[in-house]
Amino acid sequence: MQSLTKTFRVQPRDFVKAGEASLKIQRLLKDIGFDPTLIRRVAVCAYESEMNVVMYGGEGKILLEVSAEKISVITDDDGPGIEDIEKALQEGYSTAPPEYREMGFGAGMGLPNIKKNADLFEIRSGKGDGTTLVMSFEVRQ
Amino acid sequence: MKLSEVKEILKAEVVAGEEHLGRTVVAGVGSDLMSDLLTGPTADAVLLTGLNNVQVVKTAVVAGIGAVILVRGKRPAPDMVRHAKEQQLPLLTTPFTMFSACGRLFEKGLRGVEKKAVGTGEVKEGLGR
Repeated sequence: MQSLTKTFRVQPRDFVKAGEASLKIQRLLKDIGFDPTLIRRVAVCAYESEMNVVMYGGEGKILLEVSAEKISVITDDDGPGIEDIEKALQEGYSTAPPEYREMGFGAGMGLPNIKKNADLFEIRSGKGDGTTLVMSFEVRQ
Repeated sequence: MKLSEVKEILKAEVVAGEEHLGRTVVAGVGSDLMSDLLTGPTADAVLLTGLNNVQVVKTAVVAGIGAVILVRGKRPAPDMVRHAKEQQLPLLTTPFTMFSACGRLFEKGLRGVEKKAVGTGEVKEGLGR
């Protein structure tokens, strides 16, 4: 297959469009015909990261890179960043306000779940520096 | 279990996706927590939830959920119905409470998505029936 690169914009606090970039990514990978289990892992990671940008981040984008060997999802935003990454990676740790919890989010499972589902996971962030997540997935034939 | 059976057992009304009632659901999830859908092996499961917003539909699609059922007779918001139709996700509403709805499906043989055996030895990862 030919390699493919696509960028999706993500707007902070836009709950009408929230998740739509990830649904497009999921649809695109389905159309290419990847294994459903792999697609689910990629879609879950893209969605968790997209919701993080919407809820906590600034202006953001998701970059999708697809080749026959590897799928990469790189999410970054220019929001306030994460002060304590180690804490943010702990299951159950969350800074979510009550309104996000009422929507069913903010249980402190997002980043740990991304880590679990991606073959490679990198996070770069700091207070005032925005956040970049690099997630990649091997395509096993 | 066929979705049409789920509908009968829960005396549910179909709000979107009537044409997908022939779909098979392999397990059940009862949750108002979106991370429960995203962290567990919930592909092709039926979701029972009291949460009534459009994000439920989006999360369910990402997680590969087979159908969403609102408990306590809740009516979905119009944008939730629209999204469910767009995403070909069956959306139903049942008059039963979460506890009773889960119990009725369990009684008829549907099981959860437990990852580990919990004492009985009969539960396996991602198990449906």
